[in-house]
Amino acid sequence: MSCSRMENKILGYVDGRLRENERLEVEKHLAGCAACCLRVNEFRAVSGLLEELPMIEPTAAFDLRVRARVAAEPVKQSWWAWLIPAPRVTIAALVLMLATIWVGTASKNQPQIAQEDIPVLENYDVLSNFEPLTELPQPVQADDGGQQQSPQM
Amino acid sequence: MLDVKAGDEQSFTLLLHRYRSPLVNFLYRMVRNREQAEDLAQEVFLRVYRARENYVPSAKFTTWLFRIATNLALNSVRDTRYQRMEISLDAPVTVDAEEGEEKTLDIAEKHQNIEQHLVEETRKKMIRHAIEKLPEKQRAAVLLHKYQELDYGEIAKILQCSESALKSLLFRAYETLRVELAPLVAQQGKS
Repeated sequence: MSCSRMENKILGYVDGRLRENERLEVEKHLAGCAACCLRVNEFRAVSGLLEELPMIEPTAAFDLRVRARVAAEPVKQSWWAWLIPAPRVTIAALVLMLATIWVGTASKNQPQIAQEDIPVLENYDVLSNFEPLTELPQPVQADDGGQQQSPQM
Repeated sequence: MLDVKAGDEQSFTLLLHRYRSPLVNFLYRMVRNREQAEDLAQEVFLRVYRARENYVPSAKFTTWLFRIATNLALNSVRDTRYQRMEISLDAPVTVDAEEGEEKTLDIAEKHQNIEQHLVEETRKKMIRHAIEKLPEKQRAAVLLHKYQELDYGEIAKILQCSESALKSLLFRAYETLRVELAPLVAQQGKS
């Protein structure tokens, strides 16, 4: 290995990050190169000096300031959000819609009234209390054989 | 971060607690002003929060986070100049005794500790100054390599260069540092 090729390996060697075969290659070169050996030792010393710098702690107000800046961010709304003014209004609208559908469905299931029966029904109160009608024979009921029975007088 | 994307606020708090110290330290060593470093770190978290909905885990979160931080730091360094903090020499020297009580030393010990303190502070000042003198990209490479313990691939992605280019960047940075810190390097060699 040449000294120029050592440039890319030297810090990895100082850090202990080289693969085994690379490390052996570097050590073989160092055994015969005083300049690179000196460089390795000085890089190691620099690395040690860098470790002397102390860490600093963020100030006590740091978290609060981050939270304040996050809270000040505009709330993103999706394009359909304007359709939903408030949850309670939405729920009320949904309930009303469902009730409308239910009522509409229920009314469809009721038996249809024939047109010719409507005048009778409109006057039902009168007719139900009309005495002469009470004397009329009972309506004819068809038996199983389909023969009509004569009313009992 | 995926939990933050899903709207979990507690996860954002966890990210904040885990990364605020490394971020502030990295930015402080880049811009050399504590207040500016904290402002920039807040901006980093704000950008993380803003980008949560579009976040895709195509790379490690740390890589993404420090790319934002590095870009902000590089822009800041290029745009402004900062004053270095002066160390006060008038601060009293005290030593914590056992059971937490502070004890004032006698005069001889106080002078020795002041001298030791001065020596240590001078060393730290030299080291900080040497890092500060590095070109911004070399400085960022050294800080990410040394203090964040990121691997070469991650640092290369953060600095948007090839791994080979990064190793070359680091090599030149360390070459400069060993010259700048020659007196201290010589002391390290003797000890």
